[in-house]
Amino acid sequence: MSALRELYQEVILDHNKSPRNFRKMEDATRTVEGYNPLCGDRYTVYVKFEDDMVKDVSFEGAGCAISKASASVMSAAVKGKTKAEAEALFAVFHKLVTGEPDPTQELDTLGKLAAFSGVSEFPARVKCAILAWHTLYAAMESNEEKVSTE
Amino acid sequence: MDVEKTFDVHRIREDFPILKQVVNGKPLVYLDNAATSQKPQVVLDEMNRYYLEENSNIHRGVHFLSDKATQSYEAARKKIRNFINANDHREVIFVRGTTEGVNLVASSYARRFLKEGDEIIISAMEHHSNIVPWQMLRDEKGVKLRVIPMNDNGELLIDEYETMFTNRTKFVAIVHVSNALGTINPVKQMVNIAHRHDVPVLIDGAQAVPHMRIDVQDIDADFYTFSAHKMYGPTGVGILYGKRRLLEEMIPYQGGGDMIKSVTFEKTIYNDLPHKFEAGTPNIVGGVGFGATIDFINGIDFDAAIAHEEEVLGYATNVLSDIKRVRIIGTAREKASVLSFTIDGIHPHDIGTILDDDGIAIRTGHHCAQPVMIRFGIPATARASFAMYNTKEEVDVLAKGIHKVIEVLG
Ligand SMILES: Cc1ncc(COP(=O)(O)O)c(C=O)c1O
Repeated sequence: MSALRELYQEVILDHNKSPRNFRKMEDATRTVEGYNPLCGDRYTVYVKFEDDMVKDVSFEGAGCAISKASASVMSAAVKGKTKAEAEALFAVFHKLVTGEPDPTQELDTLGKLAAFSGVSEFPARVKCAILAWHTLYAAMESNEEKVSTE
Repeated sequence: MDVEKTFDVHRIREDFPILKQVVNGKPLVYLDNAATSQKPQVVLDEMNRYYLEENSNIHRGVHFLSDKATQSYEAARKKIRNFINANDHREVIFVRGTTEGVNLVASSYARRFLKEGDEIIISAMEHHSNIVPWQMLRDEKGVKLRVIPMNDNGELLIDEYETMFTNRTKFVAIVHVSNALGTINPVKQMVNIAHRHDVPVLIDGAQAVPHMRIDVQDIDADFYTFSAHKMYGPTGVGILYGKRRLLEEMIPYQGGGDMIKSVTFEKTIYNDLPHKFEAGTPNIVGGVGFGATIDFINGIDFDAAIAHEEEVLGYATNVLSDIKRVRIIGTAREKASVLSFTIDGIHPHDIGTILDDDGIAIRTGHHCAQPVMIRFGIPATARASFAMYNTKEEVDVLAKGIHKVIEVLG
């Protein structure tokens, strides 16, 4: 049960039950749909940029507890950050959920994102945890309107 | 009849060594049989014996081993022929599995005989393998697909099906037992309706053959295809049964060795059935293992095994129905093996992870049947699917696991 408790930490259960920034954004700069064909998780991520800053992020869609909580925590974490900062956060988060050792202790910068540390014990769930991040990344770095984890 | 007298599930479990495994510290509860079933020791032994004692290529050598291997492979074909009551062993074609069986018919029959504007009827509960090959044909030839609708229980609307035939209808392709819902379709009746309109029918029997006795002549199927790996046999081998008259008219599926009588650069003469459809070196050990699988099934009281499965499915349906927030997807009157469900407010992927923690293997997702998910307005389901070696005690473990899912995720 303990690995399972590590996976479904309070923060995750809370954000799954009441996701933050869970709404459509009419005046988004970029709208990208992220899809995991394996389990059917599907989210639309809305981002409003102001120059280089992520002014606002919201999302809509449906999926498992891990993917939904991850989108929710992400939306709160990157709001007000520059694109570069958001991308750096994604890099650290990615290390966390894939269980890569992090000699630089960057993981300390994660805040609530640290709740996803248990994911690394469940390789089948890594894609769930990073779906929203991939979608956000596409919104920042490409012109694509759809991304898929396959 | 008292099932226990003729079928002892604990005795049968001994034949499947993998079931003794411990997963995450718990005894394995394998409820993913619709994806693939486990294999009994005798099948594994026979495949090993084949490689140890007979391995060589078939249909071509004059030497001792090649002769032995050919005999084993062809003996398997005859066992399978008897098992499904085909009229002639030449009507039994070895393929990779159900998927290849459907693709073969789409390529060698439908592509040859259907023209632009012709119609193919499929159903709302097809596996992707009985949708996509027909869509590819649609895009290539401009044929049309018509889809038999189903009701909220997951039963096809047969009256509606009957009205779908026009003089453009040229083919019907339907699933016998739905892997997503468990529905047993009335295929005999549906074939009869199609035949009244002179339309041939392909039946996807992947989920039917493991759970009921199949008589292709009684059903009067024109084509019937299934996979060994879902019926206690090896992966990578399956059967396409086809009526001889149709198979003779069809063009080969692939070209190569074994499917020819003679080849010059000017002209090739194709081999006779069934070899015309079996180009190249086949999955010989798979075929031999499939033969051993048929021996295994014939060696037990299969009717009693089926009755046991029905009892376990009925029990599981009752137990899960009693859990608040559980919704069973697929409540047809006639069902086999499959129990798809959702839990209100909890995504199936999370259900799968938490059950796995207790050693319970189920499948979660769309089960290669996305149109079924769309029909029921859900992204995915959790699916328990039973085989002859599953027990009511395992159902109790599943029920306990579901309570834990609800407790963990709230
Ligand atoms: C109803 C049905 N049809 C076809 C298939 C495809 O079988 P295979 O993957 O063995 O070709 C499956 C397997 O999942 C199935 O359940």
